Amino acid sequence: MAVEIGGIGHSVKRKEDARFIRGKGNYVDDLKLPGMLYLDIARSPYAHAKIVKIDKSKALAIPGVLAVITGEDLVPLKLNWMPTLMSDQQMVLPTDTVLYQAQEVAAVVATERYIAADGVAAIEVEYEPLPVVVDPKKALLPDAPVLRQDRKEKSNHIWHWETGDKEGTDKAFREAEVTVKEDIYIPRIHVSSIETCGMVASWDRINGKLTVWMTTQAPHAIRTVIALVAGHLGLQEDKIRVISPDIGGGFGGKVPVYPGYVLAIGASVLTNHPVKWIEDRAENIQADSFARDYHITAEVAAKKDGTVQALRVKTIADHGAFDAAANPSKFPAGLFHIITGSYPFEKAFVEVDGVYTNKPPGGIAYRCSFRVTEVAFTIERLMDTLARKVGKDPADLRLQNFIKPEAFPYQSALGWEYDSGDYGRALKLAMEKIDYAGLRKEQAEKRKKGELMGIGISSFTEIVGAGPSKHFDILGLKMFDSCEIRVHPTGKATARLGVKSQGQGHETTFAQIIAEELGIPVGDITVEEGDTDTAPYGLGTYASRSTPVAGAATAIAARKIREKGKLIAAHLLEAAPDDIEWKDYKFQVKGVPAKTKTMAEIAFAAYTNHPQGMEAGLEAVDYYDPPNLTYPFGSYICVVDLDKGTGEVKVRRFVAVDDCGTIINPMIVEGQIHGGLTMGLAPALYEQINYDEDGNIQGGTFMDYLLPTAMETPNWETAKTTTPSPHHPIGAKGVGESATVGAPAAIANAVVDALAHLGVRHIDIPITPWKVQQILKEKGVAE
Amino acid sequence: MRVQLTVNGEKREADIEPRLLLVHFIRENLLLTGTHIGCDTTSCGACTVLLDGRAVKSCTVFAVQADGRAVSTVEGLEQGGKLHPVQESFTQEHGLQCGFCTPGMMMTAVALLERNADPSEQEVRQAISGNLCRCTGYVNIVKSVRAAAGKIRESKSQAVPVAAGGK
Repeated sequence: MAVEIGGIGHSVKRKEDARFIRGKGNYVDDLKLPGMLYLDIARSPYAHAKIVKIDKSKALAIPGVLAVITGEDLVPLKLNWMPTLMSDQQMVLPTDTVLYQAQEVAAVVATERYIAADGVAAIEVEYEPLPVVVDPKKALLPDAPVLRQDRKEKSNHIWHWETGDKEGTDKAFREAEVTVKEDIYIPRIHVSSIETCGMVASWDRINGKLTVWMTTQAPHAIRTVIALVAGHLGLQEDKIRVISPDIGGGFGGKVPVYPGYVLAIGASVLTNHPVKWIEDRAENIQADSFARDYHITAEVAAKKDGTVQALRVKTIADHGAFDAAANPSKFPAGLFHIITGSYPFEKAFVEVDGVYTNKPPGGIAYRCSFRVTEVAFTIERLMDTLARKVGKDPADLRLQNFIKPEAFPYQSALGWEYDSGDYGRALKLAMEKIDYAGLRKEQAEKRKKGELMGIGISSFTEIVGAGPSKHFDILGLKMFDSCEIRVHPTGKATARLGVKSQGQGHETTFAQIIAEELGIPVGDITVEEGDTDTAPYGLGTYASRSTPVAGAATAIAARKIREKGKLIAAHLLEAAPDDIEWKDYKFQVKGVPAKTKTMAEIAFAAYTNHPQGMEAGLEAVDYYDPPNLTYPFGSYICVVDLDKGTGEVKVRRFVAVDDCGTIINPMIVEGQIHGGLTMGLAPALYEQINYDEDGNIQGGTFMDYLLPTAMETPNWETAKTTTPSPHHPIGAKGVGESATVGAPAAIANAVVDALAHLGVRHIDIPITPWKVQQILKEKGVAE
Repeated sequence: MRVQLTVNGEKREADIEPRLLLVHFIRENLLLTGTHIGCDTTSCGACTVLLDGRAVKSCTVFAVQADGRAVSTVEGLEQGGKLHPVQESFTQEHGLQCGFCTPGMMMTAVALLERNADPSEQEVRQAISGNLCRCTGYVNIVKSVRAAAGKIRESKSQAVPVAAGGK
């Protein structure tokens, strides 16, 4: 029976696949509307420059070019700037100055995509270059040019944020037997979902209704933002329909509002035609939300046996030219204060300073769970440094220090209440799977022969499912989420949610939660997301929040239906409601297995024979305000071999043990982990966006921004333990980002471990062959 | 320019500009939107189609270059309501998530299995190294392609040999 239902715990095959494998998905660029025009964007070749003049005439002379929009055109509409999620503002189009290379300068509207591109090429812009700031540390020097002339504060400093017990932490460091310190740079990277960002905006002048199809992970929030930003132009929220159709990957890159969206909407209102904007890959990498870019100095104080005592962290955060990081509003550095990790630090103090530079905005993206990628890397690197300092094996040091299972719910020194965990079990399982003891023996033998092999561990704790309304909001919108379920007379159901899948399998897994709760087979439940006219309001999908928040709402909405169903069952079975129990996915009179009603029978009765005094129909909605976040965890072990000739790092094996509590669909969780691990491998070894002194982007296309192919990606080995979240209705934690959070440290630790006997303590990622080769040469072991 | 070509077995004709890329011709003129665009440097392979049976990146071919030739896209894989073994295996082995690389990935796999009926893991990885995927980490794609290879071999071994002179 359970298998037919396809409820929680089954590897149900995905409903989404039927259309995707036939080429029948509906992504934004697939949409074609009558009279649809195309918008393309002219971008700045300079990182910092004054705009002297924009000449539209040659572009406008091209047949098929209908309009050229500049910043000056947006001024009367009050749309040349837009607010960001971080109480800053961002240029839509500049009127006098550009602040980063590839910044939007003007937009062309044309009858065809190719003509729009011709128009962009024909726009002539005269620039006067200004001094460029690319290094955030130099940006803070007193003589640095002030980039943001629009702000009152004449400084490149954006904000200072700190938390923890500064005095207590400093005291612990003064008195510590052992301290270790690392300077760690976590470089700028980019999500590069295979589908770039885009929109079709369609303004209906007669009804005053705006419909937009767009690549957004948070359609409802976007609807509200459009109403707030453009309300003065007559766009009102009941007449804005945001449709997020099939999305070709998001990874956090499709949370923010980009100028291209605003321009497409503006162009549609201006021309009374639907307008399509689809960016190309270079634009996507060079101008859309980046990830990471944290300069971190971290210190651990410990006893001489390696017992951790205190953690002190100072960070410079490069936010680019505008602070548009997609954080909950109270957390300018995200959830950086989860940095105590899996360990019971008694004292901790963290401070972060946000800085402007001549680069595009962003920061929160790429499976970061609001900066947890940065912290997991830092603390797991430092645990290795500490192990080396006190002369212990890094696995032993972790097992010695872990927060113990009985300590949960655990109150961390920086204020988080971890829900549940058994860290030792996960690490021991990973060690067993990979034969840790055997690997250490092999490594010792190889070292004697001069071969370089390393083993790296990462035992991370995630924090996902933002979040409780007391602390979490985006633009004031509390970070709840929602589900509405309607059971139809024939027993089939339609459910809609406030989140939005970008490949995570929601259409399948949310149906599984409902199947489990209501006994309706998973194939009889349709799940829809992404249309703000129909789906209940939610905050969207990012930071692995769908299962913790919308998953909870789904279970609770289903339980509301079951409560009503029970009353209908009592009516049909002529029993008292208290005598009805839910058993084997049916209502049954207690102790009388012959007297049962299925949910399909209940549903039919709800429309044809409902009890007097009860509302007809069978549906429910739930808006879930989570009591806490969920704290999944894992232990990863990586084995690498280094080529002493080329400096290449070869990942020989990688075992990932994850624990996300109750698993809804093991097949889908495994797929998330495979993808997440690959997005951990990528920044560890390959991907980086760098800027030269003039602010020119390096790594701005797939020619040099190196996404791993199947050749670089190892055959990931996965395993699990199960420690449910006690506060979640089905015990499930989020997991989508865990692997990306956990993996880079395991890889970096393995490479450093391979070189540790030569005196290497830290290498900044990405650990490229060139970097390794320099070290090998310096140590005199290069071949 | 007037072009005539066969797409998924059907004759198609159109007047097009010489600069029109094949991928745009397929998507915009023929409305076959399964073939996707994921980059601008011929790196990602989301636009992979078969041109006279060979896997090509249709973003790097002009439509006029396909004049008189046969193009196969993802929409042509299913025959008479029956999924191609590659399509079946991608679902069974969870070889896709967002689905955006999937059409190109599957077309590359179809071309591979035409020339190599039993590829090793390494051969599959090499064959799909011109197709980027951001969701799956490739593990299940490799499984999908090898599972499809098994199915095709099995169906061929079960097929009744055609009489001499038959095709």
